[in-house]
Amino acid sequence: MAIILDHVNYIYDEDTAMAHAALIDVCLNIPDGQFVGLIGHTGSGKSTLVQHLNGLEKPTSGCVFYDGKDINDSDYDKKSLRAKVGLVFQYPEHQLFETDCFKDVCFGPKNLGLPQKEIELRAYEALKQVGFDDEYFYQSPFDLSGGQKRRVAIAGVLAMKPEVLILDEPTAGLDPKGREDILNLISKLHQEMGITIILVSHSMDDVADYVQRIIVMNKGRVAFDGAPKEVFSHYKELEAIGLAAPQVTYVMQELKSAGFAVNTDATTLEEAKNEILKAFGKC
Amino acid sequence: MLRDITLGQYYRADSVLHRLDPRVKLVATFMFIISLFIVKNFIGYIIAALFLVTGIALSKVPPKFIFRGMKAIFFLLFITMLFNLFLTPGKELVSFWKITITYEGIKMAVMMAIRLVFLITGSSLMTLTTTPNNLTDGLESLLRPLKAIRVPVHEISMMMSIALRFIPILMEETDKIMKAQMARGADFESGSIIKRAKSLVPLLVPLFISAFRRANDLAMAMEARCYRGGDGRTKMKPLIYAKTDYMAYAAIVLYLVLIVVFGRILF
Repeated sequence: MAIILDHVNYIYDEDTAMAHAALIDVCLNIPDGQFVGLIGHTGSGKSTLVQHLNGLEKPTSGCVFYDGKDINDSDYDKKSLRAKVGLVFQYPEHQLFETDCFKDVCFGPKNLGLPQKEIELRAYEALKQVGFDDEYFYQSPFDLSGGQKRRVAIAGVLAMKPEVLILDEPTAGLDPKGREDILNLISKLHQEMGITIILVSHSMDDVADYVQRIIVMNKGRVAFDGAPKEVFSHYKELEAIGLAAPQVTYVMQELKSAGFAVNTDATTLEEAKNEILKAFGKC
Repeated sequence: MLRDITLGQYYRADSVLHRLDPRVKLVATFMFIISLFIVKNFIGYIIAALFLVTGIALSKVPPKFIFRGMKAIFFLLFITMLFNLFLTPGKELVSFWKITITYEGIKMAVMMAIRLVFLITGSSLMTLTTTPNNLTDGLESLLRPLKAIRVPVHEISMMMSIALRFIPILMEETDKIMKAQMARGADFESGSIIKRAKSLVPLLVPLFISAFRRANDLAMAMEARCYRGGDGRTKMKPLIYAKTDYMAYAAIVLYLVLIVVFGRILF
């Protein structure tokens, strides 16, 4: 069920003076079950890119394949694609509309034409998966906190049982605690359900601890693509495009240049701690 | 799909038309619309077309962009044409079953279509070359005499500028909400009318909530900057006529004379 992008180009407002390329020659292969971080600045094309993956946007040129089929073929069933490739948008306010949370989560499976029982079962499961408390089930989604709203929004997509889950900046506007909760939740979903997850963010610190692969977008192009350690080793280039490597990388680089025998590959706090302890133990 | 509606959207460019005083453009648009309704023959419409084409050429806005707004009124245009075509009495041309097409009907339908198309194009041209702020500034200044009879001119123009300002924002938001719901399998394009109307609920609820929130935020921000209505309020960029503005007024007068002479009196 891999997603393959073949030389995808996308131009906004074509034929006007405002025309600009949002995606330039993007080639990617995202295999099944991978946890991918998609990083880039505001306007780097990352949101546009993910909207191509479930057919919301159509490339100006190039092809997007899902499960070996071109999703922009005229006879391709886009509705079933959107059930398989679930996309959670940045602001939950853009999708919550029902009178209570449970009904809202039912919206997705209902659109798939499932029987009522199945719909409710899926909604219940999804809300449980995102760690949503039973007591809020029948509350209006508009009375919830930012973090809880986001959970309902994620559940709303999870209820369609997607094979790929894409989250567009799921941590935007959350406080540090809420941010960590959501990221842990996403990581848990990946481990328990084994689905492919694409996490869009502009913060390296957000994704460094969790993902297996990082794709860096810059001005519509894929700038870097690889394992976190590999991408962070280009921290000087990342800085040049206005993205910083995780703070840990800087600490490790500084330590190394100060003469300590640490491995600069450490990207998470945990790894860094071990490295530093090891280095000092040897002193 | 929603980006197609151009009315109320500013197209950034540097042209004579863009630099023109908004009052001139408002008067010109108003006069142009009036002229469309006083014209009685096709020569008048040719003059109007020339005026419009000159305007478009001067504006540096790609014609494709201007006519994109036409798609939105296509249905209205079609209905208007049909009614005029079949329901105008006069000299009979074709007749079958209960439907008769008259010579006058055809003439009326074509004229109506031209009027509508010109009207939309003309007003689109104005909004495309004038920022909403400029537009309402111009309107406020043109309507100022009405203040004497207690018309709240400043408040009206402020409301208008806020409304215009929010059109593109809400449009973009609608697009985003639509996408978010489509990602959950919502279908806005197929099904019966009732089903389609129902499918708008997931779109309208978030849109209304966001509009109310934005209105609230804006009111707060205005109050935080001590906004208290128009009395004694000065402008950072007051509107002052330049030489080109007087020339434009002259062009409008010339146009009106031509229209009245050729479109009404001579033929």
